[in-house]
Amino acid sequence: MTVKQKDTQLTGAQTLLKCLESEGVEYIFGIPGGVVIPIFDALVESKMKFILTRHEQGATHMADGYARVTGKPGVVLVTSGPGATNTLTGIMTAHMDSVPLVILTGQARRPSLGKDAFQEADIFGMSMPVVKHSYLVRDTNDIPRIIKEAFYLANTGRPGPVLVDLPADVSAGLFTGSFDQKMDLGGYNIPPLPSKENIKAFAAMFKGVKKPLLLVGHGAVISKAEKEIKTLVEKFGIPVVNTLLGKGAFPETHPLSLGMLGMHGTAYANKALISCDLICSIGSRWDDRINGNNQEFCVGAKKLHIDIDPAEIGKIVKPDASLVGDAKAILEELIKYLEPMDTKEWQSEVAFYKKEFPLKYDTTKGLTVPFLVDEVYKLTKGKAIVVTDVGQHQMWTAQFYKCDYPDRWLSSGGAGTMGYGFPAAIGAQFGRPHDLVFAFVGDGGFQMTLSELATAAIHKLPVKVVVNENKYLGMVRQWQELFFENRKSGVDLKGSPNFVKVAQAYGVKGILIKNVREARRKLQEAINHKGPVLIHADIIKENNVFPMIPAGKSAHHMMIDPPKK
Amino acid sequence: MENNKKNIHTISLLVANKPGVLVRVTSAFARRGYNIDALVVSPSFDPNYSTMTITAQGDPATLDQIMKQTVKLVDVIHCNEHTGEDAVHQELALIKIKNVPANKPVITDLVNKFAAKIITEDENIVIIACAGTTLQLDEFETVMKKYGMIEVVRSGKLVMTKSKSST
Ligand SMILES: Cc1ncc(C[n+]2csc(CCOP(=O)(O)OP(=O)(O)O)c2C)c(N)n1
Ligand SMILES: [Mg+2]
Repeated sequence: MTVKQKDTQLTGAQTLLKCLESEGVEYIFGIPGGVVIPIFDALVESKMKFILTRHEQGATHMADGYARVTGKPGVVLVTSGPGATNTLTGIMTAHMDSVPLVILTGQARRPSLGKDAFQEADIFGMSMPVVKHSYLVRDTNDIPRIIKEAFYLANTGRPGPVLVDLPADVSAGLFTGSFDQKMDLGGYNIPPLPSKENIKAFAAMFKGVKKPLLLVGHGAVISKAEKEIKTLVEKFGIPVVNTLLGKGAFPETHPLSLGMLGMHGTAYANKALISCDLICSIGSRWDDRINGNNQEFCVGAKKLHIDIDPAEIGKIVKPDASLVGDAKAILEELIKYLEPMDTKEWQSEVAFYKKEFPLKYDTTKGLTVPFLVDEVYKLTKGKAIVVTDVGQHQMWTAQFYKCDYPDRWLSSGGAGTMGYGFPAAIGAQFGRPHDLVFAFVGDGGFQMTLSELATAAIHKLPVKVVVNENKYLGMVRQWQELFFENRKSGVDLKGSPNFVKVAQAYGVKGILIKNVREARRKLQEAINHKGPVLIHADIIKENNVFPMIPAGKSAHHMMIDPPKK
Repeated sequence: MENNKKNIHTISLLVANKPGVLVRVTSAFARRGYNIDALVVSPSFDPNYSTMTITAQGDPATLDQIMKQTVKLVDVIHCNEHTGEDAVHQELALIKIKNVPANKPVITDLVNKFAAKIITEDENIVIIACAGTTLQLDEFETVMKKYGMIEVVRSGKLVMTKSKSST
């Protein structure tokens, strides 16, 4: 069944692709199915590349990885019903981390809607809580406006996923409208720059302060405010802590950087948090993994908040002053109104914490993630794009791969989605083909999306994935050990395959690292290899991530080292 | 009772007339533990927009977050909370009572006193319509209970600001 049309008239599907092309889309990730065949048929003639994944979750994470490293919306195209529902985890992941995605889902024909047609799922309804906005297209002629709006919404203001549900007869129908359609977004506002008075009042909060601290989050990265942050820090001598997703907003190797704060942050970042007398968040949500307990968070300190989303102001922490708007633009102004501060003593206090409570790891008991990450850090001179999955390895990677660049760190922060890392790394490699992409994943999470080895192999993507096999759902095991008397329950990963053989079965090079001695040579071998490589790291089984602040507790309760048995 | 009353909020919204907008708005309330007591949606002056009036219960701090999440919705043009002073409130009640001839004179008196209206009646029932503030209707309802009230349906609150601009 092919869709034939008069020479001059386009189908909805062809119209859709034209619109995507004019948005500058290079890649579409997804899997076809009955109701989207008209779109796939039109794709035959398109210059956009379709990347067939092995699961729709993989497609969504790939689009997410692509978006995070390019700053352009990632595009997903899937069929109705199960194809659409399989994208939900990826949409939620992107929503939590403010990543721009446009998800195109097929839908049953309009007359069948609501009648339990084959593969009909109300994805418009199901996805509502996890999208920035969504559409059910009811008229072929609306396609140009809706696609224009979808891309605009996805990547302006606070970015996020936008879902467009396309009934089969809308894509197959003939387009008789105009491409030149105005957006109709009456209720959508991008906050303008705050007034001079407000910025001045905000700047005045710094007066008389002795121990200011900047907290930079993903918003600072998205806003590309790295230059302004650097000026602010260096000109006024303000130390910086960053969230998991704020890595790179300010160079972590800078003397004034204290690295990541929070549950598994550095001891010195958390000590600075306890001691500061002013904390200024730039694009962070003060989420519970960083504030621990918002009643006890920075009790004596002034709290300032800069965010583009007005709904973030006062959501968790009630600030003493706030500015709503784009971080970069705000900082540019703020710098003009700040008065010099004397932070010499404060700087030496945090320098003392850094010296006294460094991050450390042990290489005497066997292979560990911190060691491997540090080796990769040295071999790549800190310049790789690093992607993590979720678990212990994620926290170790965040601790030990110091990130100096605002566009080279990807991790599922808000959602903590296992299975994110590997497909996101593939997406990142599509977006930045000339960069070295390293994914650090756990043996648990990797097995949730490892079928994308096929995608990496087919496209000969040089992505390197380090599978850290501790034979456990390690992070859960750690909580059980520390807080549940080591009663292990549901965490034993026995039955995992030989990962090197799995890689080889997909036509991907597999390398096994068994011990500390051979690690560097084998990692170098992986880097030298032109195609994808799976590195199976046989790490020690029961190692725990420290420092750790127990969930729901303030930074005062940080355990810097393992508790004495 | 008095305390509880303090946590009742009246919120008006102007929304784009797009599919799904009602679900998006109500889930912003439900997600954060707010119970919607009444919700009225009606076409506005401009057919592309609708007005919504929501009466809901919950603590004021949460309401602030709900309102911010609600205005953030792409299809919501604006969202305001109304206190007694800045706006007028009215709702409508339809009340069905048994038709007892002996009660007729009292009923007629009450209908007049509350500026209500008998909409229809037969040998079994009388249906009365009454418009007023929530308090007035509460009072009317209480009185009517004494005269064989069978059922009551209330419209939920409508608000309109007293200012020159639209609600
Ligand atoms: C999809 C999903 N399911 C469950 C969890 C809960 N969870 C968080 S960390 C973790 C363990 C991860 O194990 P693994 O991938 O082996 O990494 P490790 O902690 O051992 O480094 C689990 C199960 C989650 N975050 N995501
Ligand atoms: Mg593991």
